[in-house]
Amino acid sequence: MTINILAFGIARDILGSSLMNLQVNEAVTSDGLKAELEQQFPGLKNISSFMIAINNEYAQPGQIILPGDEIAIIPPVSGG
Amino acid sequence: MIDIKISDTSLNIQACIDWVMTPKAGGIDVFIGTVRDSTGNEPVVRLEFEAYKQMAINELRKIAEESIINWPVQKILIHHRTGILTVGEVPVIIAVAAAHRSAAFDACRFAIDKLKQTVPIWKKEVFENGSHWVSAHP
Repeated sequence: MTINILAFGIARDILGSSLMNLQVNEAVTSDGLKAELEQQFPGLKNISSFMIAINNEYAQPGQIILPGDEIAIIPPVSGG
Repeated sequence: MIDIKISDTSLNIQACIDWVMTPKAGGIDVFIGTVRDSTGNEPVVRLEFEAYKQMAINELRKIAEESIINWPVQKILIHHRTGILTVGEVPVIIAVAAAHRSAAFDACRFAIDKLKQTVPIWKKEVFENGSHWVSAHP
């Protein structure tokens, strides 16, 4: 399935875009997506860490991504 | 009562204090984040803040709700700016009102500490000879 991924901060710099379409397997998990993203964008391995958000919530370990979910790459936050 | 805002225009400190005032409170604690003129020895030209807006609002609301659960807080306000800020400008205001000062101090400190851990807002420091996203690299 195709998913749309929002990228912020340094993740946007690494992906080269704030919005990216990605082909993934049905029932991919957030962990599976992270691995796929690191493979396609090796720059993501150079940052301390990143999280995946699904529909404006941090993804739980093993959470399955569904068609139509809003996905975002959340690099280390630095608000305040 | 909770007031959460993410704004791309200047925050208003007095308006935040006015909002958080309540006859039920004996004390108000306010945290004001400010843009510092240097990091290490490097002069800062500006900071650029961006937010994943809806999720940031959600996470700020969770922090406010957690504050109210954990301390006897009457009102809590968290306002955060996005966009370009220069030295001396204010990216964040947290204001807490409680019947007694101990809860106001504690909840306010908790809120800014938690904001810095969980809220999807990012700042880029821009120096004369480069820039970097804060905390991105080990």
